[in-house]
Amino acid sequence: MTPPTAPAGVGGLSNGMSFPDAARLALGDTQLRRNLRAATGTIRAKRASVVAEVEDWEELREAGRQIKASAMNRLPELLEQLEREVASRGGVVHWARDATEASGIVTELVTATGARSVVKVKSMATQEIGLNEALEAAGIAPYETDLAELIVQLGHDFPSHILVPAIHRNRSEIRDIFLREMPGVDPHLTDEPHVLAEAARLHLRRRFLEATVAISGANFGVAETGTLVVVESEGNGRMCLTLPETLITVMGIEKVVPTWGDMEVFLQLLPRSSTGERMNPYTSMWTGVTAGDGPQAFHLVLLDNGRTATLADEVGREVLHCIRCSACLNVCPVYERTGGHAYGSVYPGPIGAVLTPQLTGIERSPSLPFASTLCGACYEVCPVKIDIPRVLVHLRARHVEASGPVPSPEAVVMGATAWAMREPRRWGLLQRITRLGRLLSRGGWIRRLPPPLSAWTSSRDLTAPPRHTFREWWAENHPQDDR
Amino acid sequence: MRAAREEVLGRIRSALGSGSVPPEIPRAYRRRGVHEPGAPTLLDLLEERTLDYRAGFVRATPASLPDAVAAVLGEGVARVVIPPELDRGWVSKVDAELVVDDPSLTPATLDTTDAVVTACALAIAETGTLVLDGSADQGRRAVTLLPDLHVCVVGAGQVVGTVPEAVARLDPRRAMTFISGPSATSDIELNRVEGVHGPRRVVVILVLPVDPDQPE
Ligand code: SF4
Repeated sequence: MTPPTAPAGVGGLSNGMSFPDAARLALGDTQLRRNLRAATGTIRAKRASVVAEVEDWEELREAGRQIKASAMNRLPELLEQLEREVASRGGVVHWARDATEASGIVTELVTATGARSVVKVKSMATQEIGLNEALEAAGIAPYETDLAELIVQLGHDFPSHILVPAIHRNRSEIRDIFLREMPGVDPHLTDEPHVLAEAARLHLRRRFLEATVAISGANFGVAETGTLVVVESEGNGRMCLTLPETLITVMGIEKVVPTWGDMEVFLQLLPRSSTGERMNPYTSMWTGVTAGDGPQAFHLVLLDNGRTATLADEVGREVLHCIRCSACLNVCPVYERTGGHAYGSVYPGPIGAVLTPQLTGIERSPSLPFASTLCGACYEVCPVKIDIPRVLVHLRARHVEASGPVPSPEAVVMGATAWAMREPRRWGLLQRITRLGRLLSRGGWIRRLPPPLSAWTSSRDLTAPPRHTFREWWAENHPQDDR
Repeated sequence: MRAAREEVLGRIRSALGSGSVPPEIPRAYRRRGVHEPGAPTLLDLLEERTLDYRAGFVRATPASLPDAVAAVLGEGVARVVIPPELDRGWVSKVDAELVVDDPSLTPATLDTTDAVVTACALAIAETGTLVLDGSADQGRRAVTLLPDLHVCVVGAGQVVGTVPEAVARLDPRRAMTFISGPSATSDIELNRVEGVHGPRRVVVILVLPVDPDQPE
C-alpha cells in the first residue's frame, strides 16, 4: 500500500490556486518581474563565479548525490540511529506522521513551558506544516527572526523564494512595511539597506534576549553522531539556537545523512549553490544538550507529511535528495517571470514543481508538473544532481494516467516527451521540431493544433514554443556559466 | 508517540520495498589539501578570503600579540568579555573592563559587553572560516554572538586548507559554530549588508610562529 500524502487544508504546501491562474496574475505585475529579474540575475552570477573556482565541483556533486541516495535507501536504520544518538545526549525525539501531528506536538511542547511567544528561525518545514497558524490558534505568538521572513510576516504576505523569501519586495516597499508595522521604529527611516537592517536588529534584539523557547528547522541531521546542522547568514539562527532555554527543531525525515564525514561534501555544495558564497557567515552544529552552553532542553520532531509517499515512487523519490539551496529557482526561466507565489506553495520553482505534487498527491497540485519548459537548467545547477526534468515528465505522465480517459492526446504528447527525454539528443531534436509550432501560432498563443492534437488545444491555449530553446538562448547569453 | 514512530518507519520500509542495495559513494573529490596546516600559502589565502568578507585581518607574533589585541579593540570598547580559560597574556594590555564569562551571566548581561576575544579550534583557508568548538578558551556560543566585535586569535598551525581537512579534525559532539566573516544579509534587493544580529565586526589575529634564529 502506498503511504498517505500530506493532509489537505493544513499548512503551506498548497493554497489551492492553479499555476496558470496565479502565474497570469504575477505576469501582470511589472514591479515584481523587475525585482525578480534583477535578483535572480545577481545570484546566478555570484554562484557561477564561486562554483567555477572549485576544481572538483563535479566530483562533489556526484558524491552528494550518492550520499543522499544511500541515505534514502537506509532511511529506517539511519533515523533510528539518529534518534538513539540524540537521546543519548539528552535530547527528546518525536515522530509526526503529518503536518497536523507535528504542529500538535510543537504546540504542546511550547504550552508545557508556559511561554506565550516563541522566536523562529526561517525553516521550510515549519512553513510546510503551517506551524505559525497552529501556534496562534493556541494563543502563542510566533516571531519570525530572519530579516526576509520578518518582512513577509510584517507585510502579512507569503514568502516567494526559498532563500530570499521577500525577493518580491523592493527597498521602498520594505521601508513602508517597517514604518507601518514596527512599533517604535524611527519615523525618519530611510530605504537604505543598512538602515533597514539596523531597524530589524533593534526590533529583534530584545525579543531574542527575552525568549525562552525557539523553533528551528535543520539543514542536516547526522545519524552517526546525532548532530544537527543549521546554515544561515544573519545570526538570528545562532540567537535562536543559543539563547533560549528550550529548542524545538522540526526536521523532515529526508534530511538525515549517514556520517559526520559526509558533511565535508555538503558544507561545500550548499553555500556556493545557495548564496553564491564560499561559505555562509554562520553554520551552527549541536548534538543533544551541551551542559553550560545553549538550550538545556532540546526536542527533535521528525516529520513525514507525504515524504514516505514520495519515497514510494521510484522515479520521483530522488527529489527527496534536495538540500534546499534554491539554485534551481534562480536559473529557471519560468520562475524568473512568474515569481514564487504562482506555485501556490512554500516550495516554489522547479523543486516545488516536483516536490509539492508528490507530497500532496498529484490530484491536489495537477498543474505544477506543467509549470516548466523542461529546459534542463535546473538539473545543471543542482548540487546533488536531481534530474528535475525527468521527474517532471514522469509526474506529467502520472497525472495524465490518473485523470484522463486513456489514451488522451495529452498522454500521447507526454509519453512522447518522456521518450525523447531519456536521450538528450532526441530531446534536442524534439525541441527544434516543436519550434515549428510557431508557424501555427497567432500572437504567441497556439489556439488550434492539427488533429489529433486539436483535441488538446481546443480546451486550452498552449504558449507558442520560443524562437530559441532555452538551452540555446542560455549558451548564447551566458558564455561564462558553463557549469 | 510510539504509534507514530512505528507507523512512519513501517511506511518507509514499505515504500522502499525489499532487496535494494545502497549505492557505493564515490569520493573522488579532494579529501586532503596539498599544503600542510600553517603553510605560508594557506596563511595568505586565509587573509585574502577573510578580507573578502570585509572582516579584519592582522598578523602578530606571540610577543606582539597583547599589543595587537589592544590595538584592535581600540578606543570605543569599554567592556570586553573573555572565555574562562583564555590566555590572560593576550589581553594583558587591554585598557577596558574585562568580564570573565561564566554560565551564570545572562544573555542580557552579555549584551552589555562591547567586544569578545577568543581562541578558535581551527581556521579554513579556502573558505575564510573560523571554527569555534566551545573549548574553554573559546567559550560558550553566546559570548561570541552578543558583543558587536569579535576578535579571534588563530595560531598559524591551526590553519588548514580545505573543508574536508577541517571536518576530519573536529569532534561533532561538541557544540560548534563555523564563522565566515561578520553577520550579513542579502535580503533587501540582494545588497549585502554586514551585521544584522551577530557581531558586525570580526577581526582575525593570526599568530605566526617565532623564527628561532631571529631574536624579536
Ligand atoms: S532541487 Fe537541487 S538546485 Fe533545487 S533547491 Fe534542491 S538541491 Fe537546490
